[in-house]
Amino acid sequence: MKQLLSGNEAIALGAYHAGVGFATAYPGTPSTEILQTMAPMEGMYTEWSINEKVALEVGMGAAYGGVRTLVIMKHVGLNVAADPFFALATTGTNAGIVVISCDDPGEHSSQGEQDNRHFAKFAKVPMLEPTDSQEAYDLMDRAFKISEEFDTPVLFRSTTRISHCKCTVDVSRERTTDLKKPGFLRSSAKYVMVPSNARVHRVAMEERIARLREWVEEFPLNEMILNDRKLGVISSGVAYQYAREVFKNASFLKLVTTYPIPANLVRKFAAEVEKVIVVEELDPHLEEEVRLLGIEVSGKEFIPIIGELNPEIVEAGAVKAGLISESVLPSAVATSKVTIPPRRPQLCAGCPHVGPEFVLRKLGFDPNIKPSPTPREMTENEIVVTSDIGCYTLGVYEPLGALDTCACMGASIGHSTGLEKAGIPNKSVAVLGDSTFMHSGITGLADMVYKQSEGTVIILDNSTTAMTGHQGHPGTGVSVTGEQGPLVNLEKLVEGIGIKDLNVVSVYDLDAFETTLKRCVENAEPSVIIARGPCVLREKIKWTPRQVDQDLCVECHDCLDVGCPAICIWDEKVQIDSAVCVGCGVCEQVCPSEAIVEMKS
Amino acid sequence: MKDVNVLMVGVGGQGVILASDAMSEIGMNAGYDVKKTDSLGMAQRGGSVVSNVRWGEKVFSPTIKKGEADFLISFEEVETARWAAWLKPGGVVIVADVVVVPISAMSGAFPYPDWEEIKGTLQERTEKIYLIPATRIGAEVGNPKALNIVMMGALSTFLDLDTEKWLDDIRKKVPPKFLDSSLQAFHRGVEETRSMKH
Repeated sequence: MKQLLSGNEAIALGAYHAGVGFATAYPGTPSTEILQTMAPMEGMYTEWSINEKVALEVGMGAAYGGVRTLVIMKHVGLNVAADPFFALATTGTNAGIVVISCDDPGEHSSQGEQDNRHFAKFAKVPMLEPTDSQEAYDLMDRAFKISEEFDTPVLFRSTTRISHCKCTVDVSRERTTDLKKPGFLRSSAKYVMVPSNARVHRVAMEERIARLREWVEEFPLNEMILNDRKLGVISSGVAYQYAREVFKNASFLKLVTTYPIPANLVRKFAAEVEKVIVVEELDPHLEEEVRLLGIEVSGKEFIPIIGELNPEIVEAGAVKAGLISESVLPSAVATSKVTIPPRRPQLCAGCPHVGPEFVLRKLGFDPNIKPSPTPREMTENEIVVTSDIGCYTLGVYEPLGALDTCACMGASIGHSTGLEKAGIPNKSVAVLGDSTFMHSGITGLADMVYKQSEGTVIILDNSTTAMTGHQGHPGTGVSVTGEQGPLVNLEKLVEGIGIKDLNVVSVYDLDAFETTLKRCVENAEPSVIIARGPCVLREKIKWTPRQVDQDLCVECHDCLDVGCPAICIWDEKVQIDSAVCVGCGVCEQVCPSEAIVEMKS
Repeated sequence: MKDVNVLMVGVGGQGVILASDAMSEIGMNAGYDVKKTDSLGMAQRGGSVVSNVRWGEKVFSPTIKKGEADFLISFEEVETARWAAWLKPGGVVIVADVVVVPISAMSGAFPYPDWEEIKGTLQERTEKIYLIPATRIGAEVGNPKALNIVMMGALSTFLDLDTEKWLDDIRKKVPPKFLDSSLQAFHRGVEETRSMKH
């Protein structure tokens, strides 16, 4: 049966048909839809784990217990889960376990770009990479068989363009019922990694990879396509599709087992063609593997190492390398005569993050200094605002422009402590969301208490994981399928960690938030402000929209500093779009001339 | 089978993705190999959205190359200019008369261009430009959210597919209470475009 499936849907369905009974994940673009697709399927246990490390540890437990398991994360999630990933590579498993890493070349929605294929080589585990949704579906069944046959986790690597591209898929299988019953086989030699056992496993890992090297030679989804022998292209993932588009007559070796690679197959292919190139996204992973075989090969000399590829980029590289004489398709000629205003993502109208970030800008940043990308000295009363990963990171952009750091999940709190303990003259405040706090802010806060920090942590509690599409987390108790379950009480958690100065304020009361923040910053003990207000996108909030009383408006444009998409200047007047405005009232509090009022119905 | 490359563009929240999903299913049901991909990332939060839909005998790349889109379907005026370079010379542009002013245009550094300026840029590539009064149609059928269905109606007049194939997909996707207004929106999209062709 033909179905139109995204790569993520195909992974989910393929895994389900492979008999997966257990799946864990932490939401992260572009991986999020995999677990969401699996959750309603019959016979599945699914969970949003508190973070990727826990997701993998819970998954390991299930696989040790004999249930086929899928653990899903985005590329940077595997950094968080690296510790159990290496441990799992060492212990091996009972039932099959596949770790999905969805990389994000070009950083569409990530704080960094990294090529997670290195993790396969690093942890000495086999890796599979599909070139489209069909292969994602087909490979999943084999991934679990490999995991069980070789007693190893399998790294299954997708990228944004594979995960989020929809393709026609021939769904040929049904859910396998040929599975063993859950049961843990007690064996300390296998599962307890004391040095004496780990040394034995270390030898087994090398033997395992050696056996895999032989086994991949016969892997049926690696494909050699012989056309014109002048040029042979080795490729994998979505780059293979781009290369097929650009090198129309060339010979191809498509690899889906990208670690280890089938050495003899590569040698055979190289012998068939006059020149071998590798077309791959990000790092020269395949290129280096091929070169190690003593084959003359090129790739990264003309295919960029940075960012996402596309047919134009591959074509430009091919022209540069003299592989094709000219662009084979009509070139893009139109250069727009109009200046197109950039349209970057922004916080929604009524977003609960806007009020607190507006106040942070006001208190933390000297209004006499214009924002600039050049590093500058801070003035005496300015406050460093360390931030984190979530929608509120959008507050870095003008006109809010209220953030100083954003590195990785949970880092805001550590940054703040570090700046303080380093003895900088300015105060610092950490800002992060409720989901991010649960993910990896808890340990940072405990460290703050332990180190007698004077810092302030603002938890922007919108009661969801908003950026990735409103997933639950321990603080909400909401499951993957939306059921309400037991939850971790945020206030009690913070108090339990040892915070005495705990404050809960509404995000819509700017005065109260400002007063609280000022006091907390001056307080010589660690403090937490929970700034609470629901995600308007999730709750679909619509209060009374505001309008501008043009008679009272003095055109100071202070309201534009809120950066609300509902407020704009049109016909030289400040106007509020009532269709967009949700009536949060933040602009009304900012207006010095009381010109912003509730709309009369 | 003739290859069809459609670039659908707009702003987060306008229904671009739903329309391109429908386009893909319609292509698959008509027997094409189909690939479609969106660039959105953080775009749900008001950013620029682009969706590539490709129908063909065999489709490799999910993305359409610059200069290769047969159709540029734009849900917002200035977004049309942003993606103009993707249009094939002589290709078809269908634009909704919708303006969503980006924050960057507020300060005056990037004034929002007027339609005549945008049209001038498009005319370097093609004369086939159709400005659809989508806002008015949305109001007339009592469903402003049906913008994406109006645009599908407009596009359908250029493709050699039975209208029923389009309507079937709408019937499958749209909740019952919006079905009537959605079907009307589709037909109004068809009518407006046909009247402009003559």
